[in-house]
Amino acid sequence: MTDRLRQALNRLRAFFRKEPLDHELDAEMSSHLAFAIEEGLQRGLSPQEARRQALIRFGGVEQAKEQHREARGLPALDILLQDLRFAIHQLRKHPGFTCTAILILALGIGATTAIFSAMNPILFEPLPYPHAGRITMIWEIRSGGSRNDGTFGMYRGLVERNRSFDAIAVLRPWQPTMTGADQPERFDGQRVSASYFHVLGVSPILGRDFQMSDDRLNGPNVVIISDGLWRRRFAGDRTIIGRQVTLEDARTFSSTDSYSVIGVMPRGFENVLAPSAEVWAPLQYDMSQGRAWGHHLRMVGRLRPGVSVDQATRELNVLGHAVLKEQHPETYGRDVGFIVNSLQDDVTRGVKPALLAVFGAVMLVLTIACVNVTNLLLARGVHRRGEFALRAALGAGRSRLIRQVLTESLLLGAMGGVVGMAVAMLGVRALVALSPPELPRVGAIGINGAVFAFGLGITTLIGLAFGLTPALHAARSDPHRDLQHGSRRSAGGHRRTRSALVVAEVALALVLLVGSGLLLRSLVRLFAVPPGFSPSHLLTMQVQTAGRRFDDDSTTYRFFAQALEAVRHVPGVTAAALTSQLPLSGDYDMYGARFESDDNPGDDHGVFRYAVSPGYFETMGIPLHRGRLLDAHDLPGAPLAVVINESFAKRKFRGRNPIGQRLHVGATDGPWYTLVGVVGDVKQMSLAVSQSDAVYITTTQWHWADNAMSLVVRARGDAAALAPAVRQAVWSVDKDQPILRVATMDDLLAASAAERRFALALFEAFALAALVLAAAGIYGVLAASVAERTREIAVRLAVGASRASILALVVRQGMMLTGLGVAIGLAGAAAASQGIDAMLFGVSHLDPVTYLGVIALLAGVSVIACGVPAWRAARVDPASTLRAE
Amino acid sequence: MAESKLDLLQGTLDLMVLQTLAAMGSLHGYGIARRIEQVSGDKVLLNQGTIYASLVRLQQRGWISAEWGTSDNNRKAKFYSITKNGRKQLAEDAVYWQRLSSVMGRVLAMQEHGGKQ
Repeated sequence: MTDRLRQALNRLRAFFRKEPLDHELDAEMSSHLAFAIEEGLQRGLSPQEARRQALIRFGGVEQAKEQHREARGLPALDILLQDLRFAIHQLRKHPGFTCTAILILALGIGATTAIFSAMNPILFEPLPYPHAGRITMIWEIRSGGSRNDGTFGMYRGLVERNRSFDAIAVLRPWQPTMTGADQPERFDGQRVSASYFHVLGVSPILGRDFQMSDDRLNGPNVVIISDGLWRRRFAGDRTIIGRQVTLEDARTFSSTDSYSVIGVMPRGFENVLAPSAEVWAPLQYDMSQGRAWGHHLRMVGRLRPGVSVDQATRELNVLGHAVLKEQHPETYGRDVGFIVNSLQDDVTRGVKPALLAVFGAVMLVLTIACVNVTNLLLARGVHRRGEFALRAALGAGRSRLIRQVLTESLLLGAMGGVVGMAVAMLGVRALVALSPPELPRVGAIGINGAVFAFGLGITTLIGLAFGLTPALHAARSDPHRDLQHGSRRSAGGHRRTRSALVVAEVALALVLLVGSGLLLRSLVRLFAVPPGFSPSHLLTMQVQTAGRRFDDDSTTYRFFAQALEAVRHVPGVTAAALTSQLPLSGDYDMYGARFESDDNPGDDHGVFRYAVSPGYFETMGIPLHRGRLLDAHDLPGAPLAVVINESFAKRKFRGRNPIGQRLHVGATDGPWYTLVGVVGDVKQMSLAVSQSDAVYITTTQWHWADNAMSLVVRARGDAAALAPAVRQAVWSVDKDQPILRVATMDDLLAASAAERRFALALFEAFALAALVLAAAGIYGVLAASVAERTREIAVRLAVGASRASILALVVRQGMMLTGLGVAIGLAGAAAASQGIDAMLFGVSHLDPVTYLGVIALLAGVSVIACGVPAWRAARVDPASTLRAE
Repeated sequence: MAESKLDLLQGTLDLMVLQTLAAMGSLHGYGIARRIEQVSGDKVLLNQGTIYASLVRLQQRGWISAEWGTSDNNRKAKFYSITKNGRKQLAEDAVYWQRLSSVMGRVLAMQEHGGKQ
């Protein structure tokens, strides 16, 4: 064993000491021959004869040397290095080819790797929690089958009885403003039940987690903060635990705004349920307000080990039924059902189809890039036939030739991979910048080990993939024939393969083009959907109140009224109004709404609640359909008035006159609102979502004063240009109030389709790349074919063919390839486009307009690609060509 | 050269070289080759050049050592001699080959016998 080791080491040493060892071997062999010749002379042979016999006895000198080298060194590595040196030489000899191939590969590999880096944390990696697979969201099911938020009453019932979960937590968003020495700052946060971090399996790195005793009504005001906030606002001070901070929130009815910091979360903690949250406080739910059975809490649980999602769902369904039997809450129907699904699925559900489609698209681009480089290699292979034939004739085995060609392609692949990684890094940045706000775990997107391994993997795979065809071609060649014929003619096999590859390219390009065509048409259709108001010349911004002064609702009302009045006087403003939630801005504020006449309370859909200033409908351009709009008389003392939207009224009253009906909004024990008017439907979440049931109530008649209102301003001219003046007008009332989210409604409209735009932008880029590559492929094959057939064309011309017929001949050849590719691609597109069905809007995945358009585009581009070689063919001069033969 | 040579099994040449060096002491490449030819009655018509691959292999395993020196007729040559490790290896290999050849002999004899019946 040690002898083997010594030999291995010696072999390695010998590998690096080739030259001295070769010298020594030369000396040794010449002394060997000298001995032999001497002996021959002694036997009386002539010097020539002695030398001849010595050489014969010795065998081939070079062969012996080669044997010696193989025995002493690392022959496999020697061959590899030899192949590599040769490959580098070959690539350097053809810089144009090399650069083109590397560029194509780099784009393919780079794009694929970048897309993979975005997908990896979302679709493949588990969420960054211990045993993340056991964390599940728990949704209630509405009668219509859609998901509904949970209620606190149901949560309590389930927590007490269930045996499937280690822990269940409920949570709701919380947006307190921190005031104190520094500038007031508004934070995203969550109010959570005490077990929230236990469910996630993460504990504070500093201080302590919430305890059951924290989470009761009138319990201690405690807060846990994020690592980022701790470092930014408190300079990472380790004595922070126990410090008092002031967090104001109009919607939390606590006696004091002073909170004691009890914990800091670890630096890497990712809160996927609310990625921007930086502060967490106990829920401290108030059951007395009649809200216990309102659907406004998210529920998340950690399954016990070994309990499946199905088991948990079955148990919850049974328990939920029991809870209803016992408590008879008004907001539920006769029965309740639950959906339990993994947090991972829940978080990624929205973007999964888009990401998978984009990944599919980029894989198509990568395939096309591969096919294209294969084609380039094959084209070069034609010119290298002589070389391969010579090597074969000199004794290179088939495997040796294949190895040589594969070394070249792998080297090319590796160089493409290196440049590709640089492309990927840029691509990742662009992706993150372009990414729609819905994209989860954006922070985890980047080039890491897994992504690097992926890049390396596809690079190798690609090197082998595009090398194999040319390698087999090289090995299959017949040296005898190829040496005789030189290199230019009789490349039939090559041409067939290359034509097949071009057909594949066209087919793949068609699939991509159809995909982006469908997405484009969807977006056009989407923006043709009326939003329910007039979006042009509309400026929006969020105005907030901050400071203790606003504890009193009347101060808040007064500030907003004065600010609105000031804005109305800004030159260029034709109308202005306030609303508690703004359409298409991502605002999502829903309440239960229940009509007095409603006999089926279980069918209680959530409705969007808008607390608006009178004049909101006029400013937005929302049309009145029945009754009257809200006006300046709907004040606190007056009868409570509500306006609802058309489809809500239609569904509830089916043609009966809804005016005068009474309903509860939110708490079921609150006051009745009387319906005074019906207005048109407005898209709240996005143009694609038809859910738009809404109630409009004046700010002063709503239960409390919202401390963040959106200002909508109708401009005479350019809305964006008005922003500074409007902001100044608000600040002229009180210069300390934060103004955020300044945007024109047109911007919001565009942003509401961000996910589709994101997918479309990527698809368009990929489809364009595919189109260019396919066109290049067609051009390449035809150009080569024309070059090979110059003599044939010359003969045709000489015997009287017209130049037009030659032109047609070449174009026909190219269009045959295109036609075949289109036919195959159509079948592929019809199948593949089902994958993007979820992203389509108002367009079937078999939309004939798209398909016809794409076919026309491809046909047009290939005519251009055919044109140049065809023109060249038609200009062949028969006399000089035939004379040259 | 028309007469067919005895093809050497893998490792056979190595064993021959070791035995030659063990018996003859220090020898150069040509000497080893000639000696093997003589002893085998010119049955092993090896290409003398092939001996150098064997020599470097044995040397790398530490079974023989090499040194440049001067021959009787005053010619510079590389002289090989067997090492202690080499003698140990030779002993092991020799036993192995003897056992193998006696087994092979018996097996082949049995086949001939069976063939006659």
